[in-house]
Amino acid sequence: MTTIREWQVGQSLPDVTLAPVSRLDLIKYAGASGDYNPIHTIDEEAKKAGLPGIIAHGMWTMGNLAKLFTPYYEEGFVQDYFVRFQSMVFLNDVITLKATVKEKDDKAIRFAVAAVNQHGKEVVKGEAVFLLYE
Amino acid sequence: MYQNDIGKRSAKVKNVVERGAVKKFAEAVGDPNPIYWDEETGKRSRYGRNIAPPTFPRVFDYGVIEGLTLPSKGLIHGEQRFHYERPLFVGEELYCYAEVKDYYEKQSSMGLLGFLVIANNGEDADGNLIFTSTSTIIINEAVRKAMSV
Repeated sequence: MTTIREWQVGQSLPDVTLAPVSRLDLIKYAGASGDYNPIHTIDEEAKKAGLPGIIAHGMWTMGNLAKLFTPYYEEGFVQDYFVRFQSMVFLNDVITLKATVKEKDDKAIRFAVAAVNQHGKEVVKGEAVFLLYE
Repeated sequence: MYQNDIGKRSAKVKNVVERGAVKKFAEAVGDPNPIYWDEETGKRSRYGRNIAPPTFPRVFDYGVIEGLTLPSKGLIHGEQRFHYERPLFVGEELYCYAEVKDYYEKQSSMGLLGFLVIANNGEDADGNLIFTSTSTIIINEAVRKAMSV
């Protein structure tokens, strides 16, 4: 398997495109996280809140984005992970997860990370520092 | 409106990184890597056990910050940050608490917005900080007005 250390500044980890966002995805995340805010699962509640329909939990998208780093857990771990929730994710949106190396030294790799929807809009954007073991 | 709450903390609450909860969470974020749930994979890994995904601290109980009242609706999660000293281990006990780190207001096209920064921390039994999960919550003008009535 490729090691994360081999990635150079400007290179990207393989993109991951998720299946279209389903209500069941959000119900599962609500149950697993304990975040039962109904704007994420119940249409009427989302409409009452002035939304066109239910929206994904920001943390669902952030949680998905982190999996780009999971295959490399033997080499290090995600020490810092920051995102800004820039835009809402709706049902049936198709989200692509991206990570590009911004900086690198012997101890850590800093990535620019983003989740992008089917219109090319960055819905979540931030950075992650992957700390390398000696 | 929350300036006076800066520095307030909850009492620590003991949480366990529960095996079943980790597996369910990993599945819910589409990351069913065996390092999170398969005992053999955990044993063979450099950690010698299973670990939890980076955004797992969402599930912990951080207690209640006395005197801090948040609106039940209309909050927007603006930003989120995690910092780790090491990954979380399945089965370990963590002592978690929340702290109001900051509050500020900014004028925007949507009116005056409030930004509330809350840090959720987790320590081991010896009081060593293991992770901090910092959320910036945006409170819009309509919600703030409704609250002060």
